[in-house]
Amino acid sequence: MKSKDFISKIGLKLIVAVGIITIVIIGAFSYFSIQAQSDALLSQAEIQANKLSETIKNSTYSSMLQNKREEIHTIINAISQETSIREIRVLNKEGRIMFSSQNDLIGKMVDKQAESCYACHTADKPLERLPINERVRVYKIHPDSSRILGVINPIYNDESCWNSDCHAHPKEQKVLGVLDVKMDLTDVDRQISNSEFRFIIFAIIAIVALSFIIGFFVRRWIGKPVKELVTATNQVSSGNLNYTIKSLGKDELGILAMSFNNMTKKLAEARMQLFQSDKMASLGRLAAGVAHEINNPLTGVLTYSSFLLKRTKGNPEVQEDLQVIVRETKRSREIVKSLLDFARQSVPKKQHADINEIIEQAISVINNQLSLKHIKLEKNLDPNLPQVTVDTNQVQQVFINLIVNASDAIEKDGGIIKISSSSISLSSFGIAQIKRAVCPKRHDLMDNEIKIDGLPTIKVKMKSNGEEGFMNLDPVYGKHRHQFGIEINKGKSVQVSCPKCSTSLINEDKKCPECNSAIFSFEIPSQGMFEACTNPDCGWEKWAEEDDAGNKEFVEVKISDNGCGIEKEDLAKIFEPFYSTKGQTGTGLGLAVIWGIIDNHNGTINVDSEIGKGTTFKIRLPI
Amino acid sequence: MSNKREILIIDDEQVILDAVSKIAESEGFKVDTVLNAKEALLKIDQNNYSTILCDIMMPEMDGFQLLDKLNNEHKNIPVVMITGFSTVENAVNSLYKGAVDFIAKPFTFEEIISAIYRAIEYDKIQLKIESDKKGNKESSVIYVPCPPRYKRLGNISWMNLETQGTAVVGATDMFLRTLNNVKNIEMMETENIVVQGNSCAKFEAEDGLIHSCLAPIGGRIIERNEKLLTDPALLEKDPYFKGWIYRLIPSDIEYEMKYLIPCSSDRM
Repeated sequence: MKSKDFISKIGLKLIVAVGIITIVIIGAFSYFSIQAQSDALLSQAEIQANKLSETIKNSTYSSMLQNKREEIHTIINAISQETSIREIRVLNKEGRIMFSSQNDLIGKMVDKQAESCYACHTADKPLERLPINERVRVYKIHPDSSRILGVINPIYNDESCWNSDCHAHPKEQKVLGVLDVKMDLTDVDRQISNSEFRFIIFAIIAIVALSFIIGFFVRRWIGKPVKELVTATNQVSSGNLNYTIKSLGKDELGILAMSFNNMTKKLAEARMQLFQSDKMASLGRLAAGVAHEINNPLTGVLTYSSFLLKRTKGNPEVQEDLQVIVRETKRSREIVKSLLDFARQSVPKKQHADINEIIEQAISVINNQLSLKHIKLEKNLDPNLPQVTVDTNQVQQVFINLIVNASDAIEKDGGIIKISSSSISLSSFGIAQIKRAVCPKRHDLMDNEIKIDGLPTIKVKMKSNGEEGFMNLDPVYGKHRHQFGIEINKGKSVQVSCPKCSTSLINEDKKCPECNSAIFSFEIPSQGMFEACTNPDCGWEKWAEEDDAGNKEFVEVKISDNGCGIEKEDLAKIFEPFYSTKGQTGTGLGLAVIWGIIDNHNGTINVDSEIGKGTTFKIRLPI
Repeated sequence: MSNKREILIIDDEQVILDAVSKIAESEGFKVDTVLNAKEALLKIDQNNYSTILCDIMMPEMDGFQLLDKLNNEHKNIPVVMITGFSTVENAVNSLYKGAVDFIAKPFTFEEIISAIYRAIEYDKIQLKIESDKKGNKESSVIYVPCPPRYKRLGNISWMNLETQGTAVVGATDMFLRTLNNVKNIEMMETENIVVQGNSCAKFEAEDGLIHSCLAPIGGRIIERNEKLLTDPALLEKDPYFKGWIYRLIPSDIEYEMKYLIPCSSDRM
């Protein structure tokens, strides 16, 4: 398996999305907490520095008063031994460094724009009082050196100063100098970068762990079911409509799998009906032709042999042989006749009838047979069934055959055959089929050569972009599987006309209600007009008569038995002509005939069966 | 004797012509054969045939067209239709259009010969009626037409709808007169389904020929006239009442009625 399979694409997308969210959340969280931490550390350092600054000021106070410069030097040097202290200096009012822990700087002048001065000297007139929080500054000497926290502590003039013996400071002077303590913040910075590093590690671990968890569950909950669905669609597209997906649980994908299974089942049934339809039609024609052709030579055989039989009455030996010929020819005659019966169901003689009545009649015909076999018959007929238009004979034949089949399937005692009837309503969308269409000059528009889904299409001439060609419209209302003979321009209307007389089919009076393009229309004889948009992209269609009819109503008849059931392989073939499991006793035409009858009534017949449990035939006839 | 009558056989298959003429000739009839309906019309104009056996499906002109043509020209020759495409529609349509009988291919010697005899008898009866008319004789009762409210399938069988929806069927007097005294009847069992235009009973005549009676309508047999089995003569004595054959539940009466001829039209 490739890694592509391991983490499906959805999984990857989910991981990326969750990863980004994790990074944002952890990033924001880290930013704020590191910020808070660094603020806390910094303010601690400030407090410490302020305290230190005060301590220095206080401890040098008496030395300053007595002007004991050496002593001040000693104190400053002693305190500055602490590793976190970078420099301690005292500046006088002019900016000259009077004392410093770095001896070489003593006596130098400081630029008033420098870091340590601008707190007071930004304004034109230097500040005399500096608030405590503005005494602190954090700066770097070089961009890559560690940060430095500087605290300036002004040394104010005091009574004891101007009263002292030494002395130089006039009374008016407010600030005598500045004590500047610079502390190294390397420790603080290291702590901050440490916690930054920890947060990054945490974020990486979180993302990796989440990725694995998401990947695992996506693979388990999405990857596997999707793989199973893809296998199933591949199977179906390659023609295996019997493929079913085993249960995938009850989540959305499970439901999808179930509806997929349902779809393939319906598809298989529809395909079977279509196949059958085609096959029946051609077989019917073939049977009629063959029957007619074979009957002539058979007549020769039968007449001559029966004639000989009559003329050789005195010759018992020959008689015996001739009798075999006559008997077997008569048998051939019966076979050909059943073929003809089969071919002949093409034109049902329809009339209004009550399905329940037909069922009752069918039951009364075979009731004796059933009671001889000790088979119980359970009826569940809906008394309020609408009337259907059917060939009563043919439909009765269907019921009789199905009940006889059911009784044949029941081998042991205790057999039950259930018959139920009900009315059901199915949506007409994608069901209603256009079977005839004519242009205003009554030319037939139906095209038997190009078929869509096995059904003849409606052929019209179209003109687009100066090119001329044909368009074959989908005969199923609302399915839009049209075929275009020439290329169509996106969003552009086409000219539509009759392929035989070129009469335009465009309806000038109306506009498409959806895209306001022109519309074209043609008549469906005795079933109203069909209208559609000339813009191939729009797809608006209207068959007013069919719309008015609303849902299609069907009468559904179910005939089920608890007999031996039908093998799955046989199930697909039971409606095929000459397919029989009854061996010598059947011709294999029974169910094929039934199928043909129901198809001729525009109905459908389905079968469900389970080995050992029984079989159910379901017939739907349109009302 | 009367067996010197001439029969015309029309079929586009030579083997049918050979077979049928061999059979007919063996019974002493004179036989003429043609391979298509157009030639047949010429021959009919020139000769005086007693019976025509005609295939339905033929190229150019089919059996129905020939039948129509004969009807239009008022040629009163009994026609027996033969076809390899033996559908109910073909059968009832033939009889509706005036054919006296319908035989499905392939047929046996007995089937075709009994049909020929019936047709010949039918022709004789027609001739007698005509000669009676011409001679202005008080026409002796040659055959009894069916009662006015009955309906018939060609000249073979009749049916009468009863008030409760069932129908009684039987053979017409005309049909019975064309066979030589019924001595035995073979009937179907009750509960069986009969199909319109298909054989529903077999009559064995004294000459040994077996004649099939075609059902006028289709349906399920609910009762049969058991008396006929013991007393077949009842059939000929009272063909329309006591000589009924089956009582049945019609399956598709409205459609099948279209091919039946109302007996009331016989008296006009």
